[in-house]
Order: sequence, then structure tokens, then C-alpha cells
Amino acid sequence: MAFIDRTARSLLLGELVSGLGLTLRYFFKRKATINYPYEKGPISPRFKGEHALRRYPNGEERCIACKLCEAICPAQAITIEAEPRDDGSRRTTRYDIDMTKCIYCGLCEEACPVDAIVEGPNFEFATETREELMYNKDKLLENGDRWEPELARRLELDAPYR
Amino acid sequence: MVKVTIDGITVEVAAGSTILQAAEQAGVEIPRFCYHERLSIAGNCRMCLVEVEKTPPKPIASCGYPVAEGMVVHTDTPMVRNARRGVMEFLLINHPLDCPICDQGGECDLQDQAMGYGMDHSRYAENKRAVPDKNLGPLVKTSMNRCIHCTRCIRFITEVAGVPDLGATARGEHMEVGTYVEKALGSELSGNIIDLCPVGALTSKPYAFVARPWELAKVDSVDVLDAVGTNIRIDARGPEVLRILPRINEDVNEEWLGDKSRFAIDGLKRRRLDRPWVRENGKLRAATWTEAFDAIAAKLKPLKGEQIGAIAGDLCDAESMLALKDLFVRLGSTNLDCRQDGAKLDASRRDFYCFNTSISGIDEADAILIVGSNPRKEAPVLNARIRKRWASSGAVIGVIGDAADLTYPATHLGAGPSVLKDLQSDSHDFAKVLAAAKKPMIIVGQGALARPDGSAVLAAAWRLAAHVGALSSEWHGFNVLHTAASRVGALDLGFVPGPNGKTLDAMLGGGVEFLWLLGADGFDASHVGAGTFVVYQGHHGDAGAHRADVILPGAAYTEKSGTYVNTEGRAQRGFKAVYAPGEAREDWTILRAFSAVIGKTLPYDTIDALRARLEQVNPVFGRVGFLPRFGCSDHTGPAGDPTVLSAAPFVSAVTNYYQTDPISRASPTMAACVAAQAAPALAAE
Repeated sequence: MAFIDRTARSLLLGELVSGLGLTLRYFFKRKATINYPYEKGPISPRFKGEHALRRYPNGEERCIACKLCEAICPAQAITIEAEPRDDGSRRTTRYDIDMTKCIYCGLCEEACPVDAIVEGPNFEFATETREELMYNKDKLLENGDRWEPELARRLELDAPYR
Repeated sequence: MVKVTIDGITVEVAAGSTILQAAEQAGVEIPRFCYHERLSIAGNCRMCLVEVEKTPPKPIASCGYPVAEGMVVHTDTPMVRNARRGVMEFLLINHPLDCPICDQGGECDLQDQAMGYGMDHSRYAENKRAVPDKNLGPLVKTSMNRCIHCTRCIRFITEVAGVPDLGATARGEHMEVGTYVEKALGSELSGNIIDLCPVGALTSKPYAFVARPWELAKVDSVDVLDAVGTNIRIDARGPEVLRILPRINEDVNEEWLGDKSRFAIDGLKRRRLDRPWVRENGKLRAATWTEAFDAIAAKLKPLKGEQIGAIAGDLCDAESMLALKDLFVRLGSTNLDCRQDGAKLDASRRDFYCFNTSISGIDEADAILIVGSNPRKEAPVLNARIRKRWASSGAVIGVIGDAADLTYPATHLGAGPSVLKDLQSDSHDFAKVLAAAKKPMIIVGQGALARPDGSAVLAAAWRLAAHVGALSSEWHGFNVLHTAASRVGALDLGFVPGPNGKTLDAMLGGGVEFLWLLGADGFDASHVGAGTFVVYQGHHGDAGAHRADVILPGAAYTEKSGTYVNTEGRAQRGFKAVYAPGEAREDWTILRAFSAVIGKTLPYDTIDALRARLEQVNPVFGRVGFLPRFGCSDHTGPAGDPTVLSAAPFVSAVTNYYQTDPISRASPTMAACVAAQAAPALAAE
């Protein structure tokens, strides 16, 4: 009996028909792929992307050179040098992140007492040369200026969970 | 002795000790802010509260509570913990949450102890106290909001440094620590209040915001900017020395460090010689090592032994001086000298040029005669030891020479050597004091020896020491206080003119055709004869390098491993903290390499082999860190007629404490100190 059943199914191309049925079903479903780079997937407010150094609304840089990010960095990607600025405040003279060393763990952001160093939503910072991935203070501050609206929004959204 | 039980551990402590001291012996740690074992007890921070059985049920401040027989102390009961938490909460009411921008962060007592006794939040919404910062000169930076009023700085500067510049005004919440009238601190030991401050109220100005303690590589070394041989720790990051802190050595510096030794390190980055130079047509031009060696070798080849000479400077390590001496012996020269200031030191016997009583021996002396020296400027840490002895026992101190403020009362006996004669003939009042003293000390400074009648003064001082009973089989009261870190080591090596050798004076003015200066900047280089070919081997472009025909870049004391013998005769070893800049090399390796160029190869290829040779020359170099105390059995005095004394007054060898050597002369911080000293009231930034 089983023999007849199996033979009948293979002769009637049952598997092929069900397979084509699946194809047909997906043909009318919404597509999972997106047209990157013209379209992008949603990302969480906690997404850990490219780093940025933020400023206060009055334009003053937030970083106070406490070096906690440098100390916590498990990949030792951060290098900071500091000295008193002319007005006597504590500021960095050098703030470098080696983005090739960075493992994007976000501990620098966690350690920062003034929300200066953050990992923003940007993940599209591939470069053609290795040297371009050695970020210095100017580059990080520029990132901060460019992304500030998003960065502030992300921190606001994540604040209840901190 | 009294038996006390602390947390179940029974210890026997001296009667009169405090509970905190007993706990230290028992190995029980009690938190504290104001208590410090080298300062008087203040008892004002209340952090050291403990519970004592059979006393009224209240916490007791252990730092000021004397032990009694059979006392049972608990340091970790709920009551004690709660009391300490309360104290911590009070301390933090007004302490700003500054830790991220505070230089003390990472090595702060308050931070550490708040981890144990602090709350995770504050119950106070009121405004914090605001205190204006004080300007204490170019070395100490203040942030008085952070002050917790432990008064350690006040007690240090008053008791140990002996310059009562700091004090507290007002009381309670309005209390402020300051200098009353704004002025720079007048002490040579002021940097120590930075170490003592348990919070970040007093921090180092030159080091402000530069580094965090966890970034620094720490290397043990020995200070060379005076002859005390202070034990130091060099904190470096990468190629830079960032700060210097004292290490504890009870026999030498206790735990103090002079300001010059602590802050002159920015001079290590300036005016450095980082490549060889050769003078051509009257101008120096950058050269390679080979060119420099060839230029020297070409000059040296036709010269005989008596036509060449070498002078060792004040900051040299014993290894490089021995290498230089061995090289010159191979070249047939005995023209060696280390006494740049022309001090008439007698190298024939060790106790003629050492601080024989030893620095810890000062703690036993009951009468001290200082001849031609200002120890406050020449060796501030040693001066603090003399002050400590005066404060604890009232030792009588007399001074011949400058009538300077030594921070303790000293009888000024006169300015010139004639006083030595009067003391010898007992016609001076102070002679009775010395004669009555059980352990008298005579300290002879370089100011008394670096003069034409120096050897007579040395002999007269020795004769006086013998006369007043300072030389006995148990007690050696004859002391020479040096100002150069390399001097005793050089004398131990015999870096002095050999048979028919020329002294420094004889070598100058054309006495030799060829002169090798090993870091020698301490004499007037214009006195070198015009035709003399000068090789300068050293680390700074100072006086010697300007006159040089060939410059060989050497390493400074932070950049080489070296042995130094302090004024007591204690050999101590410093280790390399950073690499020398550019093409500069460790000094002994330069000499070893050059010896091969001229075919007189020195027989050591490693520093260990050189040290073995050092020990062979003088066993003193084998006893690193250890100094045997000895009396004096042979009363024969040093060479020199003690009667041919001139009438000229003694002048201290160090008039400007902050700038005595190439390193401190290159230091902007030290220049700022000199300016602040000249006008203490105008020291505002």
C-alpha cells in the first residue's frame, strides 16, 4: 500500500508542486532584503557605532581628561594626553582612538562621567587606508558636531535603563 | 611593655603607644586621614574610631588614645562601622565630586576609604562650601574646596620643615588653610605636603593634569641633585619622566624629598645633548659617533700620559667614573680630579671625607657644630633630621659661617676660621658645650673646604673633633657634608690625582693638552687653556659643552642604572627609568666603545662585569644600601697644617638652592622658584 502511495506521489510531482507553492507564497510577501545603501535597517538606541566626542550646548567640549575611558578600554585603543588649558581647566591635548584596535564594546561610553565619548549610530566609516582609522581629537569632535542631534536623542531614549 | 588585644590578636607594645600604633603592630588596618606617624597627633578627622571594651559605650579615636594593660579593642564591630560611615558622610558634605578632574584621583585616601565607608548617594541638597584657592608659589597647586582640614600640611611645614608658613584661619565650617598673607612657601621641603595631603587639596603644579597614577611605570632610584642620596621612585610614561616621589628609607631620608630633587625633572627634557658634535673651524657641527670618536682618537694619539687629564662632574655614577679612570690609567695618565669646586678633600682615609656619624646618627647627637655650611640649602632633608633632633632633645647647635636661618635656633659663633682656633683653645663659650656633650658632631661643609686654606680648615676641624671627644671607639663625630652626589663615590674610586698627577687647577690654563670632562660643569670653563682639546661627555648643553671640541651625549641619572655613594658613604643603586634621548648612550658604554677605537679596550662588556671591577677597586661598592657604623680609633688628622688659617669668612657652597647643576639650571620650574623666592609676595600666576 505504501509502495503505491509513494509511486503515485512521485508521478504526480507532489514535492515540486509544494515547492513551487512556497515560492509563490513568498512571491507575494513583503521583501526582507533592503536596497542598501539607499535603504537601511532600523538600529537600537544602544547601537555601538563610530565614536564621537560631544560638546555642551554652549560649544565647550565635554571631555575633562579624566582618562577613565583610557583606563577601562580592554583593547587599549585610546590614548590621552592632558595639560591645563590657558584658563586653568583640565583638557586633553591629545585624544586618539585606534579604530582598528577598538572592539566596539562601549565601555568607554559607560565609564565617561560627562557623556563626552559616545558610540554613535554611524557604522559606515570604512576607509581606503589604515591610517584614516587612527582617529584624533579633531576627527572625534567633528563626528560629535555632525551627529549631535542623534547622539542626544539616543542618550535620552536610553536614559531610563541606565 | 603593655599587652593589648586588638580584634583577637594580642600584641605587646611600648607603654604610651596609641591604639592605632598597637593596631599597626598587630597588622590591623585602621582608616585615618589626619594621623601620620612622623607628625604630631591632631585627632581631628575622627576616621580612626574604634570600640574599646570596658569603657563608656562610645567610639574612641584610636590615634590619640593611649593603650593600657589588658585593653581589648575591636575595630570592626557594627558600632565602629556605623560611626566611621557617619564620619565619612560628614567629610563628604563639603567635599566636591571632583574626582574626574582631580589629580589625586586613583591615589586618594578619601576615594579609597569612601569605597569602604561611603554611601552611594548623598542626603544633602544644600550648597557645598566654597573656599577660594590659595597661591602657594610655583610648586604646590591648591584646590581648597577639597580640603578636609586634617592639618597634615600645617603640621608638616611647622614641625618638620620648620617654616611656619601655613596655618588655619577661622573655625568650624569657615576654617581655611592658608598662608595668612599670600606668599610662596619658603621651605625647601614644601613638595612633601603634596604627598601628605590625603585628598586632592594640595597637588603638584608642574604635574597638574598630566597623568594618572595607573599610567605610570615606577622605577626605584637614587636622587643625585644633592649628596644625601635620597631614595626616590621615578614615575615615567613612555620616554618621559613625569614625577619623582620619595621612597621610605629610615636611615637616609625617612620619607621626605627636597623640592629641587622632586621638581627639577622638567630640566631633563630641555637643553639635552642627543647626538655627538664635533667642532670644526670654531663651530660645532652634528656628527656621527664614528666621526666623534675618530676626532678624539686623532687628537689623542700623539699625546703622552702627562699631557692629558680628566675631570668628573657632580652627577656621575660610579660605574662611568671607574671606566674613565681605567681608560686614563691605560693611557698612562694620573691627571684625574673630581673636586670641581676645588675643595681640599683628603682622599687618603675614608673618614676624612665622609659623613661618618651617618644621617640616622644625628638622632643621637647632643651638640652639633656646623662649619662653613648651610645644610638647609645644601641638604634640606638632612637639615630636617638635624631639626628633628633639636626638637626632640634640644641638641645645641652652633654655626661658623653664614648666619642663615636654618629652621632651628643655632648659635652663630662667628664667620671665619678663627673661631675654630678659639674653640680649640677653649677660649670660646661654645667649647664648653662641645666638651660637655656626650656625642658631639662637627659638620664641615664644602664652603669651608673649597678655599685656599681648605686643607688647614679640614685639619683644624678634625683636631677640634679629637679635642672635644667627638672621636671615640663608639662614636665618630667628624662629618663632611658634600653637595655633589658623585663626590664620595669618586673619592672611594680614587678619582684624584695620582703620583705626579695634576689637580683641577693645574690642568686648567693650559696645564694639559687634552681634557676629558665627564659631566663636569661645576667650574668656570673659560679657565680651560685656549689650546686645550676638550671632550665633553654628558647630558646637558651647559658650561662644559659650550667649551667642548667634541661632545659625546650621555645619559642623565634617570636614564641609566648606576651606583651612587652618598655623603655618609652609603653605596646605593638607581635603576633606569627611561631611555636616553636620540643617540645618547649610557656613559660607561661610551667609554667602553671609545677604548676599543684607540686599542686600549676596557675589560668589561656588561654592567655586571663593571660592577665586579668596582667592588674589586673598593669593597664599599659591594655593600649596596648598607652602611656599617664605626667609631674612630686612629686620631691622626688629615694632611694640612691646622694653624695656617686665613681670616676670610666661610661662604656656603650653595647660595641658590634651586639651581645647582645642569638639570636644575635647565628647569623652568626651578627658574620660577628662584623668581618666587626673590619676591615671595608677588608669586601670583
